[in-house]
Parts: sequence; C-alpha cells; structure tokens
Amino acid sequence: MASTIRVRATSNGDITEVQALIQHPMDTGLVKDAQGALIPAHFIQQLSFEHNGKRVFLADWGPAVSKDPYVKFGFKGAAKGDELKISWVDNTGATDTTTAKIQ
Amino acid sequence: MAIDVSFPVTRRLILKGASSVALIGLCGVSLHPGPALAANDKYPDDAFKQKSDAGAIKSLYGKAAEASDRVKLDAPEIAENGAVVPVSVTTTLANVTSISFFVSENPNALAASYVIAEGTMPSVANRLKMQKTSNVTAIVESEGKLYSATKEVKVTVGGCGG
Repeated sequence: MASTIRVRATSNGDITEVQALIQHPMDTGLVKDAQGALIPAHFIQQLSFEHNGKRVFLADWGPAVSKDPYVKFGFKGAAKGDELKISWVDNTGATDTTTAKIQ
Repeated sequence: MAIDVSFPVTRRLILKGASSVALIGLCGVSLHPGPALAANDKYPDDAFKQKSDAGAIKSLYGKAAEASDRVKLDAPEIAENGAVVPVSVTTTLANVTSISFFVSENPNALAASYVIAEGTMPSVANRLKMQKTSNVTAIVESEGKLYSATKEVKVTVGGCGG
C-alpha cells in the first residue's frame, strides 16, 4: 500500500522547508454517522521528523487538527540529498513511516 | 522492569551504558541532547483533555502566558469551512522550544502542540477544525517563558459535524 505520508522537503542551502500531508480521517469521536451512531475517535497523536537520527520537529496533535492533516516548518543543518525520516502514531496505535530526500 | 519507563529515565540508563537495544526499542525516539526537549517528548494526554485555554496551557506548560507582538498569528478573519482553517504562527523570539495552538470554543481547547528542536525555525503552519466562531491563540515558549497572540476567527459552517 502506498504510504499515507506525502512530504516535500526543499533546501535553499541554509534552511530546509518541509511540507507534509498525511492521509488520516482525524475523527474526533464527537460526530455521528448517518445511522446516528458515534464514529469513534481516530486521530494522529504524534508526528515526528528526524534528520540524521536527530529529531528536528515533533507534532503533538489532538482531534481538532483537520482531516488529512497538513503541516509546514523549516529547519537548518541539512543539505540537498539528505534523508528526512517521518513517522506518525495514532490513538489506536497504528503507525506509518516514510523517508524523503531533501531536494 | 516496568514497560512504561518514562523517557528521561530510559535515556539516563542508556547514557550509563545499561542494556541498550531493548531500551532504545522502548522509547523509539532519537537521543537528542537537552533534558527540556526530552521531557516534552511524551504525548500530553492531560492537556488535550482540558476544556479551557487556561486549563490546557497550565497542564501543558505549568505557567501563564503574556501577550506579545513578537508572536505573529496568521488566521483568516472569516472561515467559510470550520473543518479546515489554515492557521500559522511565526515569531522573532529567540531560542523557541515549543509552539502550540488553542481554539477557545472547541470541546477541548488545545488543538496542536509542536516541539521545536534547536536549529528548527520558530514557525509552523497547519490546519485546524473549529466548531464555531472562536478566539484562536498561539503560544510560543521562548527561553522558558510563554508569549501569546490571539485572533478571533468567524466560522460560518462549523467543523465538528453533528
């Protein structure tokens, strides 16, 4: 199965700008389906970005983050061609991991 | 040994050279130098359960924030779709270690909290759900102090369904 994580990491020589888009329902547990039954909470809790084994960015998310979450940030110290490792874990314990090459 | 070993203890054990592979597997995160960051690695479950801004800020940081014009919060005046409200923050403050977003009128105020490592820019953009018109607050932790910026976002269609 294709990864749930889509990442674009581009370096301008100094700062690497990272944009990530993840496929995830981010259900709050407060919404009912068409039959009136509550849809159980299902949301990503932590999203981590690592460069050369060093955590550069960690997101702690609640259910108020939009469905198919998007996040953008930047960091220093990486070069073009370096790998960025991205992983998430949700409240059901499901996880996904991918790596992206910095362009 | 108990399974729920907290991260700082685990790290100390590793540094001491105590049995390594299993412990690294337990925490599953990078060994970043700096105890402040390590302490923040655990998912702040309690903070996400708080109803109010103030409660969530207290749970997350244990202190209060002061408003600062050095925190620039960018959010729309009017959000047509409360399910997807683009919100971002940047700051000119130095040595930022954490950035968090709060939506006052949501069932739980804390929406997202980010741990900013050394060398990472103090700037984050993301998209949040908003149940109704509400104040959105960004908190920036810089050199151990909290600074905030707040903006009201009007929501025409709520983002929490139901």
